[in-house]
Amino acid sequence: MTDLTAHNRSSEATPSLYRVLHCVVNGRPVTKLVDVRASLLDMLRDDFRLTSVKKGCEVGECGACTVLVDGESFDACIYLAVWVDGKDVRTCEGLASIEGELNVAQQSFIDQTAVQCGFCTPGLLMSATELLETGKSYTRDELRVLLAGHLCRCTGYENIVNAVEIAMHKHLTDTAPDTFWDGEGSNQATT
Amino acid sequence: MYDMKALYEAHSVREAITLLTDHPDARILAGGSDILVALRDGKHLGQEWVSIQRIDEMRRITMDEEGTLRIGALCSSSNITANDLVRRYAPSLGEAVATIGGPQVRNIATIGGNICNGVPSADSAATCFAWDAVMELEGPDGTRHVPIGEFYIRTKQVDIRPGEVVTAILITKDAYEGYKGAYFKYAMRNAMDIATCTCSTTVKMSADRETVENARIAFGVAGPIPCRAPHGEAAIRGKEPTKEAVLAAARAAIQDTNSRDSWRASKAFREHMLQEMARRCLIRSIKRAGGHLHD
Repeated sequence: MTDLTAHNRSSEATPSLYRVLHCVVNGRPVTKLVDVRASLLDMLRDDFRLTSVKKGCEVGECGACTVLVDGESFDACIYLAVWVDGKDVRTCEGLASIEGELNVAQQSFIDQTAVQCGFCTPGLLMSATELLETGKSYTRDELRVLLAGHLCRCTGYENIVNAVEIAMHKHLTDTAPDTFWDGEGSNQATT
Repeated sequence: MYDMKALYEAHSVREAITLLTDHPDARILAGGSDILVALRDGKHLGQEWVSIQRIDEMRRITMDEEGTLRIGALCSSSNITANDLVRRYAPSLGEAVATIGGPQVRNIATIGGNICNGVPSADSAATCFAWDAVMELEGPDGTRHVPIGEFYIRTKQVDIRPGEVVTAILITKDAYEGYKGAYFKYAMRNAMDIATCTCSTTVKMSADRETVENARIAFGVAGPIPCRAPHGEAAIRGKEPTKEAVLAAARAAIQDTNSRDSWRASKAFREHMLQEMARRCLIRSIKRAGGHLHD
């Protein structure tokens, strides 16, 4: 059994600022040395070039940095990188199928003109994906509550709610089994 | 990148206590939705942290043989709201934590952190008072239980001793059996906002449902720490649930508050809101507990 007391005392002078973590990012297992002070946002953007994860406010207010960790949505800006060890992370880059087919939510956002500047879009798509993957049917009011962690300066939200609602109906009436898009479901979250 | 001197990660309660004891200047970091935001604001710079995020044993909601509902301190708001035991025995707690921030924040925010941050506006605070919750702490000297009414010392300071970790929030059978509750959060926005003031009540009706056997009224942001309203409770206890009795109880409850004038709201406005919120919460609690509101 490790004597944690001795371990910590010996490294007291220079507490380690780095940790090796193992996780899955958009379906790929990765090993990364990270600074313990880094946010998940820093790690995904800087170390993995997953720039769909936007830095909107860095204080968990705007939702532009929303990602899915083990199927649950989190603001990556206030989520420490080290907490993702052993977990499954998904960003917007991982939503389309391997062949490049957009998922139901992505396509719906385009069809419903729910994208203007696009800055809030990736975060919204992750939240939309989370709620669609619950397989439940939500009222419009419930959808607004579920999307309340996102700010959009362009659209006035109406088309965004339309897009999510239509994607939900499409997803629920789709005769395909639990896959989220027609074809392979390699990124199926286990919620 | 966050300005931290060090981050020590605990994987068990024992390890957390050891780390806190070995690094007495270190503070506990749970979900981070309060602390990491404060760090961005330039507070707690150069601080050492003990991250307890990995302590999965503190994420469980269970009921023990005596019927005590035990909510692990690291349970997220979302988990609490969705939990069957909470829904059955203390549903207004699930409703209260469902008003925190937005969905992403609710997935990371923990009930332990919400209480230990020590601010009266915390959405779980008033409701924990209304359910007579007991805080369970583990430390170098063993386990301690502190009724929530004694846990808050002053704003931003709760009764955690050096080396201690809050491990669970307990609601005993006596506290929940027969009670139904309601929570009201008054804030500027419908989401992503901190409460201007909160009210939480629980009511137990008599066996024939004709009188209020007991009521607990709690307020948040009616003073420096959350509080119960014993005058309000006494005013409705044993009474028939009439509109007048409820209004009188709500009025009496304000006697137990100590609101202040601030840039956010005046004292008069706060008292007006708190009274109306108490009135509505009592009515809702009475109805949920099987009572009928008479004229």
